[in-house]
Amino acid sequence: MKATPELIARLEERFGHAVIAYVDADGYPMSVATDFEVDETRGIVSLRAVAGDAQPPQGDRVNVVFSHIRPQPGVGYDERRYVSLWGPLRRTEGGLEFSPEDVQHWDEEEMSFFEYSERGLPQAHRYLEQVSAETGREVKPKLSFGWLFLRATRLPFLTATFVPVLLGIAVAAWTNGFNWWLALLTVVGGACIHLGLNVANDVFDTTSGADKANVNPTQFSGGSRVVLYGLLSLRTIALMSLGFYAAGIAIGIGLAAARGWDLLWLGVAGALLSFFYTAPPLKLVHRGLGEIVVALGFGPIMTLGAYFVQAQEYDLEPLLASIPVGILIALVLYVNEVPDRSADAAADKRTLPVRLSKDQVVNGYAAAVAVAFGLVVVFALGGWIVRPAIIALAAAPLALPVYRALKSSYDQPYALMPAMGKNIQLHLATGVLLILGYVIALIADGVLDDPPAFLT
Amino acid sequence: MGILPEPVEAVLETALVSELTVVDPAGRPVTHPLIPLYDGELIYLTSSILFSKKLEHIKANPKVSLSITDPAALEPGQVARATIQGDAEVDDSDLHAGWERVLPLWRKKEPAIDFFLGKRVALPLFFERSVIEIRPRKAFLWEDGRTDRPPQVFHVDPVLA
Repeated sequence: MKATPELIARLEERFGHAVIAYVDADGYPMSVATDFEVDETRGIVSLRAVAGDAQPPQGDRVNVVFSHIRPQPGVGYDERRYVSLWGPLRRTEGGLEFSPEDVQHWDEEEMSFFEYSERGLPQAHRYLEQVSAETGREVKPKLSFGWLFLRATRLPFLTATFVPVLLGIAVAAWTNGFNWWLALLTVVGGACIHLGLNVANDVFDTTSGADKANVNPTQFSGGSRVVLYGLLSLRTIALMSLGFYAAGIAIGIGLAAARGWDLLWLGVAGALLSFFYTAPPLKLVHRGLGEIVVALGFGPIMTLGAYFVQAQEYDLEPLLASIPVGILIALVLYVNEVPDRSADAAADKRTLPVRLSKDQVVNGYAAAVAVAFGLVVVFALGGWIVRPAIIALAAAPLALPVYRALKSSYDQPYALMPAMGKNIQLHLATGVLLILGYVIALIADGVLDDPPAFLT
Repeated sequence: MGILPEPVEAVLETALVSELTVVDPAGRPVTHPLIPLYDGELIYLTSSILFSKKLEHIKANPKVSLSITDPAALEPGQVARATIQGDAEVDDSDLHAGWERVLPLWRKKEPAIDFFLGKRVALPLFFERSVIEIRPRKAFLWEDGRTDRPPQVFHVDPVLA
């Protein structure tokens, strides 16, 4: 990279000293610190002369480095930045004059350490290949089985399945009855389909290049990256995905056989939507349908399915109860897509943040949250779902920091990360409170002879 | 007391950052900021495979220098600057866990490393690391930090080294 006048002009305000590095007569590198001043008009750096054995050779190309950290006692340091310049050095009357030509630099205020690390991935793979060649054995990065499973499956995202499934079970317990074993099988079956989806998503985002193009992955976005990092092969995660789908489908067929074949249509719809979310030829997320698919799959389909397993019929109440949950889980995806939008666009994934402007995305978030909680109020006050479910409104304030962070940190993936976590909490807390609403209604109904209307 | 003169050891043991200069295949010096660790005999630096070009350079040419130049990265009151030339070796026999042998030295400089290590799952390749071992041969010391004055020069006893 060529050194720019802007970069040179900022050296004095960003660094306290320079280090001149050169190769000495014995072939060893030598490096020595000195003071410096920038002459912006001439584009040169004036360096104070060094003395004794440490004098750099005149006329040679040298490396001049500016490095800064801020110590944090008892912790380590922050404010890491460096600028490494190469160019010719010559002696002047007052000292040394350096003409910067080439540069390498990093400033963690401008590029997060996570992004800096991601950009080092090709070098990491090259080095692993070299070490493999040197040692005659394949050298690969490692993670313990537990961490690798957690990372590859993105296990913590299972809350997206637990909420709608348990909500469906809770509604059924209120309207019809409840069977523990069926509930357990439903949760496990739903979780298997979800994990199959997570891993399939990685298979297709790896083959499409979407994950590789993304240099800003976060804890919540950018995929598991296990293939990209060389932790697992594409074949292994493809088999994992198939295994999860097979287990989920087997449980679904078993539940349909036991509780009614009408369950099958919903299960088939759910499994197909899940698989073709990223899989060709449909690639629904590439066609701008990802948010709707996720809202349907992790909202009405899972809640109605779990309800059917218990009640052996479909009903309006679980469908209505699932709509706010479906909207909020779509919003989890929607916010998580914000840092991925450049990489998604490059891979032709036309997600909403790819298609919309920042203002539209931020306002869209606020509007969707308002609709989700507005529906909770309407459904609960109207008696279409149990009235105690209105306590789900208590989760609504969690949307505020997400909204604010979208406005202030839209282009800063890592500053957005806490808000992404908060948005997941919004979905989880709302779902738990809706379920708790049904638990309150069940307890009131069981304990009181004639429970008041606001408790049912 | 190690193999280096005491004032050089003092800056090595407290410095939070140093500049490692290696020589690339074109003969060009290339400098990288790294945390220096010292056990009285060898200087250790660790490098993630993500930033491993320096390791390739060292394998091709083991001659290196290490400078401690930033007073802000030393103990308050320390002003000395030092440069150590030496021969480096790269230990990448176990990228996953081999570097953990220098973790006690690293922890002294950067206690937060344990926190980051606990999050290894988030940055798995950052913790696939090689160890650079530098055997010092010559040290330059500017006790008052003034490099416009000649440094004290120490040759490390090759028997001790």
